[in-house]
Amino acid sequence: MTVTIAGKKKEIAEKTTIAQIIVSENVENPDYVTVTVNDEFVDSDAFATTELKDGDTVEFLYFMGGGSF
Amino acid sequence: MLYMTKSDYEKILAHCKEGLPNESCGLIGGVREGDKKYIRKVYLLTNIDASNEHFSMAPREQLAAVKDMRANGYELLGNFHSHPESPSRPSEEDKRLAYDSKVNYLILSLMEIDNPVLKAFNIDEEKNVTIEELVIES
Repeated sequence: MTVTIAGKKKEIAEKTTIAQIIVSENVENPDYVTVTVNDEFVDSDAFATTELKDGDTVEFLYFMGGGSF
Repeated sequence: MLYMTKSDYEKILAHCKEGLPNESCGLIGGVREGDKKYIRKVYLLTNIDASNEHFSMAPREQLAAVKDMRANGYELLGNFHSHPESPSRPSEEDKRLAYDSKVNYLILSLMEIDNPVLKAFNIDEEKNVTIEELVIES
């Protein structure tokens, strides 16, 4: 099936989970990445159980924050 | 080397001044040509911490900005935030929360309100900081 990951169309196997995609995409600092599927934020606790479907669009977003001191 | 138009610099400056006394933040999108990075669009985001010592970007605004970059053929080049009362250098918290070593981290110091200082940094996975040369073009 075909999904769009970070703007690029990719062929992946049926039942591929978000956790598997994070590994296969070599996502840096995966513990701090936020994932959206079709613009919906996915709870990190559900990464291992959320399977992608044909046509899904996945984005990886890093938490961006900081402070002055 | 990172290139920014004066117009984009002024947008960042105005956004950060309007946000005082709190920190303000946003994203920068653009294109890479070899080792040169050209900022093509600045995204002014909400600091959901509403604090003068901390910032967190609004996740939905962050997503919208990334999608807009894709639609325009840009990539995420980095982010910016202001330090209302401290110099333009990454704080310990800035370094700790820098999770993406591929982007630049821009900090606008407003501690001297009439003499704002904007600098760009790289923060690697070991939290080493180096300065990225920033060119503001008129």
